[in-house]
Amino acid sequence: MSVLIRNARVLDPASGTDKVLDVCLQNGEIHNIGEDIGQCPDAEIIDASGHWLIPGAIDLGSWLRAPGLDHKATLASETAAAAASGVTTLCYQPEPGAGVDNSAQVNLIQDLSDTQGLANVQVIGNITRGLEGKQLSNMGSLKKSGCVAVTNGWQPYASLAVMRTAMEYATTHDLTVFVYPLEHALANKGCVHEGEVSTRLGLPAIPAAAETVAVAQTLSLIELTGTRVHFCRLSAAGSVRLIRQAKQSGLPVTADVAAHQLFLTETDLMDFNPLCHVMPPLRAGADRLALLEGLADDSIDAICSDHQPHEADAKMAPFQQTEPGIAGLETLLPLTMRLVEDGVLNRLQALNKITYQPARIIGSHAGRITPDIPADLVLFNPDELWTFSQENMRSQGKNSPFANWSFQGKVTRTFLAGQPVYTHLPS
Amino acid sequence: MHSHLKPGPLPLNMQLTPEGKLKHFLSTEGLPHLLLHEIMDRAEQFVTLPAKQQKKAPLLRGKTVMNLFFENSTRTRVTFEIAAQRLGADVTNLDIRTSSTAKGETLLDTVRNLEAMNADMFVVRHEHAGTAQFIARYCAPHISVLNAGDGRHAHPTQAMLDMFTIRQKKGDFAPLKVAIVGDVLHSRVARSQIHALTTLGTGEVRVIAPKTLIPAGLEKMGVNVFHNLDEGLQDLDVVIALRQQRERMDSALLPSEQEFFKLYGLTEERLKVTKEDAIVMHPGPMNRGVEIDSDVADGRRSVIMEQVTNGIAVRMAVMSMIMGSMAGGNA
Repeated sequence: MSVLIRNARVLDPASGTDKVLDVCLQNGEIHNIGEDIGQCPDAEIIDASGHWLIPGAIDLGSWLRAPGLDHKATLASETAAAAASGVTTLCYQPEPGAGVDNSAQVNLIQDLSDTQGLANVQVIGNITRGLEGKQLSNMGSLKKSGCVAVTNGWQPYASLAVMRTAMEYATTHDLTVFVYPLEHALANKGCVHEGEVSTRLGLPAIPAAAETVAVAQTLSLIELTGTRVHFCRLSAAGSVRLIRQAKQSGLPVTADVAAHQLFLTETDLMDFNPLCHVMPPLRAGADRLALLEGLADDSIDAICSDHQPHEADAKMAPFQQTEPGIAGLETLLPLTMRLVEDGVLNRLQALNKITYQPARIIGSHAGRITPDIPADLVLFNPDELWTFSQENMRSQGKNSPFANWSFQGKVTRTFLAGQPVYTHLPS
Repeated sequence: MHSHLKPGPLPLNMQLTPEGKLKHFLSTEGLPHLLLHEIMDRAEQFVTLPAKQQKKAPLLRGKTVMNLFFENSTRTRVTFEIAAQRLGADVTNLDIRTSSTAKGETLLDTVRNLEAMNADMFVVRHEHAGTAQFIARYCAPHISVLNAGDGRHAHPTQAMLDMFTIRQKKGDFAPLKVAIVGDVLHSRVARSQIHALTTLGTGEVRVIAPKTLIPAGLEKMGVNVFHNLDEGLQDLDVVIALRQQRERMDSALLPSEQEFFKLYGLTEERLKVTKEDAIVMHPGPMNRGVEIDSDVADGRRSVIMEQVTNGIAVRMAVMSMIMGSMAGGNA
C-alpha cells in the first residue's frame, strides 16, 4: 500500500527541515520527500494542506503494566492511546514482578505488542535479576533479544559495588544504563517534595538532595567505568547543574524529564490531590524553571511521558496510601507543544525532545523524516483547539491531573510503518 | 462508581457550607477568625453552664456519633465521647486498627459500611495526613467529619482548646507573644496552633527547637524560628510545650533525652525571661524531665489541667455548631 501526503508542512528536527512538501510512503517506509514529487504509484492521496507532518513521538518511559498488572493497563489499551496521541514508539519500563530478566520475557512483550500493531514497543530490560539489585541479569541475551537499554528502575542497588559491576557488564554488551537517581535513605519513605507544601500538609517528604546525591554518585561511577548512562526523570535544579557540568567535561550522559514536571509544582498538590502524587515528587517553582532552562540549553535531551496508568482505586485513599504516577501518554505531545507557546523552545527544538533525541538515546533510526526508514509519522492540525478530559482518555488509567487543560493542535492521523493506526474524525 | 467518586483534590473549603457555617472541622487553616471566635464563645457557654442544665439542652439527641480511631488515643477519644454524650448523642467507638482495615478492606469500604449504620458524624483519627479530608470528601453528604488528628497535618480541636485557654487567661490575641517549643516536625498540634494563632492576629508566633525538629519552610507559615531557648523565651506571654515522643530519640534526630532537657526543657529558672504573668501549656501527655520540669508542670504558670477541662467544652462547641448547620440545612 502506498500513501502520498501532499502539501504538508514537514517538520523534521533531525535535518532541521521546516517546509511544505509532499511525502510518499511505500512498503511501510518513507520512499520519497520533495516538492511536487511525481512518483508514488497506486497511492492513496491525502491532502494535508494546513497540517504538519512530524515524526511519530518516541516515549522513553512508559509503565505499560502488562503482563501481570492487567487491572491497571494492557498493551492493547496503552498502544491504542499512544497511536491516538502521536506516539509511535514506547519504551517498556520494567517493574518488579514483570521479570524482564531474560529473552523469553522480552519476546513475550514484543509478541503481545506486535499482535496489536498500534505502536512499536521497545523493551528496557532489568539490569539485576528481579530488579533486586543483587545479582546481574542475563544482559548478554537481553541485548540479543532486542532490549534497547537496561535499568534497575526505582529499585535500589544492594550496594554501590553491585551498581559498579552492573554498569561495567552493561558496557561490555554496549547497553545504555537507564538510571533513576534516588538515594533511598534520604528519601526515607517520603511522598512529596520537602518544602513549604510538605510542611503545611504534614506529609513525609523527600529532599531534592535525595536526587542530586544519587546523580553525583552515578557520575563518579561513570568516570570509573566509562558506562553510557541515561538519567531518567530529573526533578531537581541541582541535578540539571550536575548533568550540565558532566556533559561539558565530556562524560557519556543524557537525561530526560517527565512532561508533567515542566508544568506542575509542589503547590499543585495542595488539597492533597492524589493525581499529583508522582515519583520523583513535584518540586518547587525554582526547580521547574531550572528544568526548563536545562531543556533549552540541551542539558536535558528528551521529554517523556513517564506514563503510569492506574485503576481508580489506586488513587482513592489518603494521599500517602495512593500509588504514585500520572497517566501521561496522551499529554506528552500537547504539553511539549505548549512549551513552544510558552516561549521555552522553538517548534523544531520541542519536537526534537520527543522524536530524534529519544531515538538517539535508544539507538533507533526512528524519529526522523528521511527516505528508507519506517514511516512512523503523524499528521497534526496546528489550529484545532481542544480540551483534555478524563472521559476521553484512551488509556485504561484515567489518572491525569490535566483535565480541563486546553491545548492548541491535535493529532489527526498516525502512521505506523506506513499503516494508518489512528484517524481523528472531526466532531 | 458514582461520578462524584473520582480521585481528585480534597479542598479545605468544604469545611464550610455555602452559607459559611461549619460543616466539617478538618483544619484550623483557612477558617475566618470570626468562626474561630464563635467556637470559643460557644465553649465559654458550655464551661459556665452547669452540667445539669446542659442535659436539658440535648442538641445532639437522636444523632449518632462514631469515633473512628485508626490510631490509639484513649484520652482524646474519651473527651470526644464525653462531649458527644453531654450533647445527648449516641456514641459508638470503633477501634479500626484491630478490625476491618487490618483485613484488607479499603478505607472507603469501611466508611460506606458505617454510613449504612446511620452515622451522623465521624470523629476521625488516622496516622496519615489528609485522611479526615478524604473521608469528608467522599462520605455521604449528610455526614459531618471532625478531625481528631491526621498524621502530622492537623489536630484542630486541640488547637482550639489551646486558643480558648489563652483567650480565657489573656483576652485579646493582638498584643501577645506566643512560642511553641519542641518537636514541631512531627506535630499536627503545632501546625494547627500556628494556623489558629495567625488567623486570630497574634502579635508574634515563635517556634523554638533544634534544626532537626523544624520542618522545611516553616517560616512561610508566619512564624519566627529560634534554635536557642533563652532567646526564644524572651518576653513571652504564652509558652506551649510539645510532647517529645520517646521513639524519636532512637532516630538520629536528637542525641538523648538528657541533652534535650538541658537545651530545650522548660524549667522555672529559664522561664524567668518570659513575662511575669506568662502561662505554660502542654497538650499532654507530658514527659516530665524531658520537655517540661515538674516544678513548671505543677507550678503557678501552668494551665495544663484547665486545657483538659476546656477540651470537652470546645469539642461540645464544635459538635453543636456542626449539628446547627445541619439543622439549618434541613429546614
